[in-house]
Amino acid sequence: MLTQAEANVENGPDTGNGVIISTRDVNVYYGDNHALQGVSLDINKHQVTSLIGPSGCGKSTYLRCLNRMNDTVDSCRVTGEILLDGVDIYGPSVDEVLLRARVGMVFQKPNPFPKSIYDNVAYGPRIHGLADNKDDLDEMVLTSLEKAGLIKEVQDRLHSSGTGLSGGQQQRLCIARALAVRPDIILMDEPCSALDPIATAKVEELIDELKENYTIIIVTHSMQQAARISQRTAFFHLGEIVETGDTEKLFTSPSDKRTQGYITGRFG
Amino acid sequence: MTCVARLFHLPSVLFTNEKETVMSFYPLVIVLLLMSAAGYWFGSKKALRTVRKSSNFLTPRPHQFGLYVVIWSLVPPVILGVIWAVLQTTPLETDTGAMRQIDQVVFPVMLLLATGAGLYFSILRINPDLRVRKTIEGLVYVLLILASIISILTTLGIVLSLLFETIQFFGKVPMSEFFFGLNWSPQTALRADQVGSSGAFGSIPLFTGTLLITFIAMCVAVPLGLLSAVYMTEYASNRFRAVVKPLLEILAGIPTVVYGFFAALTVGVFFRDLGDSLGIDVVSESALAAGVVMGMMIIPFVSSLSDDIIMAVPQSLRDGSYGLGATKSETIRKVILPAALPGIVGAVLLAVSRAIGETMIVVMAAGFAANLTANPLEAVTTVTVQIVGLLVGDQEFDSAKTLAAFALALVLFIVTLCLNVIALMVVRKYREEYD
Repeated sequence: MLTQAEANVENGPDTGNGVIISTRDVNVYYGDNHALQGVSLDINKHQVTSLIGPSGCGKSTYLRCLNRMNDTVDSCRVTGEILLDGVDIYGPSVDEVLLRARVGMVFQKPNPFPKSIYDNVAYGPRIHGLADNKDDLDEMVLTSLEKAGLIKEVQDRLHSSGTGLSGGQQQRLCIARALAVRPDIILMDEPCSALDPIATAKVEELIDELKENYTIIIVTHSMQQAARISQRTAFFHLGEIVETGDTEKLFTSPSDKRTQGYITGRFG
Repeated sequence: MTCVARLFHLPSVLFTNEKETVMSFYPLVIVLLLMSAAGYWFGSKKALRTVRKSSNFLTPRPHQFGLYVVIWSLVPPVILGVIWAVLQTTPLETDTGAMRQIDQVVFPVMLLLATGAGLYFSILRINPDLRVRKTIEGLVYVLLILASIISILTTLGIVLSLLFETIQFFGKVPMSEFFFGLNWSPQTALRADQVGSSGAFGSIPLFTGTLLITFIAMCVAVPLGLLSAVYMTEYASNRFRAVVKPLLEILAGIPTVVYGFFAALTVGVFFRDLGDSLGIDVVSESALAAGVVMGMMIIPFVSSLSDDIIMAVPQSLRDGSYGLGATKSETIRKVILPAALPGIVGAVLLAVSRAIGETMIVVMAAGFAANLTANPLEAVTTVTVQIVGLLVGDQEFDSAKTLAAFALALVLFIVTLCLNVIALMVVRKYREEYD
């Protein structure tokens, strides 16, 4: 799986919009609660796809299916087909742990480990044995911090605690941490909802740069954010997808009344 | 000791039933209570009659006025009684007729007068603007403070009595012998001409024995407790956890004396027989047996504290680690345990101080021989065992032998206190990190 990631890096940015994730008729149950009902959605490579919708509509649940984070919830059951590069990720031959390295995740609340900045970023490469020696690891950490736009702010305090950074810096540290395991896809679950406007702007700028090399799927409550950073948008409502389309089209001329109601602020 | 007893010397109305007493203690108390009950009734009646009708605004409720009257009828006699009790502790041993007269006639009359005055003036003062709620809240505040002061004073009293007896002990036995002596045999002669009349009071063998048994106990309790806590928090399903966790905590509810005879009669013998079959000489009251059983006793202590601490590690850290492709055991080893480490250290220190102070198991399983050894297969003794040994049976109260118990207890107290303070500081510091 990692060879695929390396191939991407070597071939330079692939701006072709081939489908990387294809989901068909995905259902998710938490116990008796049918949280996601027959969701089908294609995610294009090297684009930002945003998932919008009112709270509890299933967009985070959908996101957590894509790297099988739902497996850690006891009562959760997933049916349907989720293909990543044509391989069913819920198939018997797929190791969900390696899958999560390929499909990285950034959470709503910044969650740096209570370790140094360096150790936070080095965590992934260390557990996967990506670095051959200390210099290799150093370079990986610095590259990841650079890609996450954090290097200037932290380069002289790499060994102080990651929890001592500001909220926005912590979130970019978490992005750097995810980048360090060389994922193809990055899932972001409301990454800016705990941040102030300036930190939000920085993270958005970063997302825009990252889409050159990564496929990004972002859950957001801010329609302005979805409009600013994403190329495609999917609108979720009550556990179903109501409408999917190019962001510009969805926000200017939505085809469904519910979508129009939501984006104009009439409900949700 | 006598001075402590005198502190609690109450007015003699408490104890006497003589004829010249106006009223003996219990009837007096009953009369006072009846008076304030009547005050409650009159107070709330008057409030109902006057206050409620006179005001358009919200006023305190009638029963609150009643309580106000009760407070003012009971607080003055209680204060008076306390002052009286304190005055009686002054070293005026002269049991003159005048003193007895004051004690048995004047004091009860004064109490009744104080109550009556309190009742009268408080009922008189009832009006809509009287802030009775504030008085009631004030009483609650005072009661709460009194409760905590009493427990603090008790601790202080225990520490001071330990301290005074210890100072007496060091008058008889030099400090250097107690702290650095390698030999402990605390018998003192009954007659001056007896052989071996001077005891040896070197406490080193006791403390090494305590440390040895505590060390063995922690070797059992820390791995088992910690691993079971990890299993309970990270792996067990909710249903399994709901059943097994209470079962584990039953271990904590077993009286230590039961552990004691388990250690003495089962585990000690088991280790001796095991040693015999392997050709190793193990005494039946070995440090190993006592330590292992003590460790079993402490397991629920370690596991339940660690359980709380591991649960307090935020779920977001677990998610973060899983999201990077870490397995469950990698997440536990590299994220959860390091994050919980300070708290776990605190829990272990609390468990150590518990083990050091534990008495019953070692009394029954460890024996009295003060051997200076680090061999867990031999018998050792502990500080607590020796304190029991020194004070059991008929003793002269001011002999070096008896006083030695106080010195040992004081040192033990200081050690466990330090451990507890450090442990609590560590735990608290850890808690702050995630709030």
